[in-house]
Amino acid sequence: MTEHRPVLAVIGAGPAGLAAALAAGSRGVRVVLIDSAAEARGQFYRQPAPGLGARRPQALHHQRRTWERLRAGLDTHLAADRVTHLSDRHVWCVERDSTRFTVHALVGPEQERSVAVRADGVLLATGGYEKVLPFPGWTLPGVVAAGGAQALLKGGLVLPGRTAVVAGTGPLLLPVATGLSAAGARVAALVESTAPGAFVRHTRLWSTAPAKLTEGVVHATRLLRDKVSVLTRHTVSEAHGTERLESVTVAALDAEGRPVPGTERRIACDILAVGHGMLPHTDLADGLGCRLDGPRVYADDEQRTDVPGVWAAGETTGIGGAALSLAEGHIAGRSAAARLAGGVPDPREWAPAARARTRSRSFFAALESAYATRPVRWTEQVTDETVVCRCEEVTAGAVREAVGTLGAGDLRTVKLLTRAGMGWCQGRMCEPGVAGVAGCELLPARRMLARPVPLGVLAASAEHTATPGQ
Amino acid sequence: MNPLKPARAHPGAPFTLTFDSREIEALPGQTIAAALWASGVTSWRTTRDGGRARGVFCGIGVCFDCLVTVDGRPNLRACLVPAAPGTDVRTQEGTGHDD
Repeated sequence: MTEHRPVLAVIGAGPAGLAAALAAGSRGVRVVLIDSAAEARGQFYRQPAPGLGARRPQALHHQRRTWERLRAGLDTHLAADRVTHLSDRHVWCVERDSTRFTVHALVGPEQERSVAVRADGVLLATGGYEKVLPFPGWTLPGVVAAGGAQALLKGGLVLPGRTAVVAGTGPLLLPVATGLSAAGARVAALVESTAPGAFVRHTRLWSTAPAKLTEGVVHATRLLRDKVSVLTRHTVSEAHGTERLESVTVAALDAEGRPVPGTERRIACDILAVGHGMLPHTDLADGLGCRLDGPRVYADDEQRTDVPGVWAAGETTGIGGAALSLAEGHIAGRSAAARLAGGVPDPREWAPAARARTRSRSFFAALESAYATRPVRWTEQVTDETVVCRCEEVTAGAVREAVGTLGAGDLRTVKLLTRAGMGWCQGRMCEPGVAGVAGCELLPARRMLARPVPLGVLAASAEHTATPGQ
Repeated sequence: MNPLKPARAHPGAPFTLTFDSREIEALPGQTIAAALWASGVTSWRTTRDGGRARGVFCGIGVCFDCLVTVDGRPNLRACLVPAAPGTDVRTQEGTGHDD
């Protein structure tokens, strides 16, 4: 029945992966959508678990209508057997032989067994993850990544406390603060280390992104209404507590990015949601030999990487939000459908998506330039006792010693001398922090495997390479 | 103060799991991390070197700070494992392989 249709493995079921699966599925390609969550939706469209029976999930979510359209499209494709959705599959490696690909994925939350999927093409829609820079007290329970607080709130409808401070830098802090507030937490402060003026002055760009403008106004209005104190050019310099978070110290920053003496004050809170921007997931692309441009996967106008048969879309090709991910996913899915069928796509067919892509990219380039340089002097607030690598409990003092006394000049040497980045998360959490404290350039890490894999799985995988099926 | 309210959630029947031998209520679909948070528990691991308390941090399976022992199996990420009736959740000490 379906033997002659080319198979496209789409890895990731967030905005980019869903848009790509729908576009390719509509154009004659058999799509296998592989995702680590129980439900297709990614982080942006993360929904309350079905068992929670949420009748008004939009109270804590954005762009519900777009999600409903995607969900309906996916259901149609699933029913017609054009798309297969493999949930709870954690892809750890994609192998390429002369003509085809084998996608290896660990199964379920236990992740002790691996399955393999064969495909003619691969579309990487692996998204991004949060960057969190270290500061004294950031390992205390109650301190969470801003997106993590949002994920538990959106998916599990839970709050870890009553009074929250949202801190760091970047556009994600706004929806996190409004989400916590809408869920019933008292948001004592939104602490942003940059100054909004830097971005608001880009009025020309605002005119290119009216939807984003509306979103910003909605968030700002909500914060005003909920009487959230918004502190710009401020930073959380320390989180306090013994067994868990009890308060934070907030200070104003001067033009150089240093805390202004005398401005420090304590704010009592039991949740600190903190984030300093996002980083693209590039492990699978790197393993396939795809070219990276700085921290992101290179993709051409069709969203093709430089490896034949591999497309990339969404935040893996650069952080740019859900609208950009949808546009890129749509283009990638159409390109893959045409190319895998042996044809050449006509870009005129996706002109509206291409225009949306251009608009979103210039908007986010401006956002990035406004936020990227903050907080500028954060390493000066990281005391020697501060743990910078959470898994291996490596302190900033140890990293400084590796650089200062032992002469390490790059991240790899710092890692070998201190074990920073050698633990469970393989540096995903600590890399920007360690690089900053060490004064080394932050380059995308080269990880052979995109996830920790049990040795038994690796041994079994060698015995049964390319087992078809799921 | 209850996020179930604004979302007008009408969850399925709550069930119990145990955390360090005490009973905790969970709702269908919640992960172990969510169930613990909802019960006011924010730490369920001590670190290998410093014995420091840790709980959930990234919330999406990237950071491994929320490792926990579930039904005798250590090193599972509480933010990924669904809560189920009768699950035996225990604070993980160190590597989790010592007890």
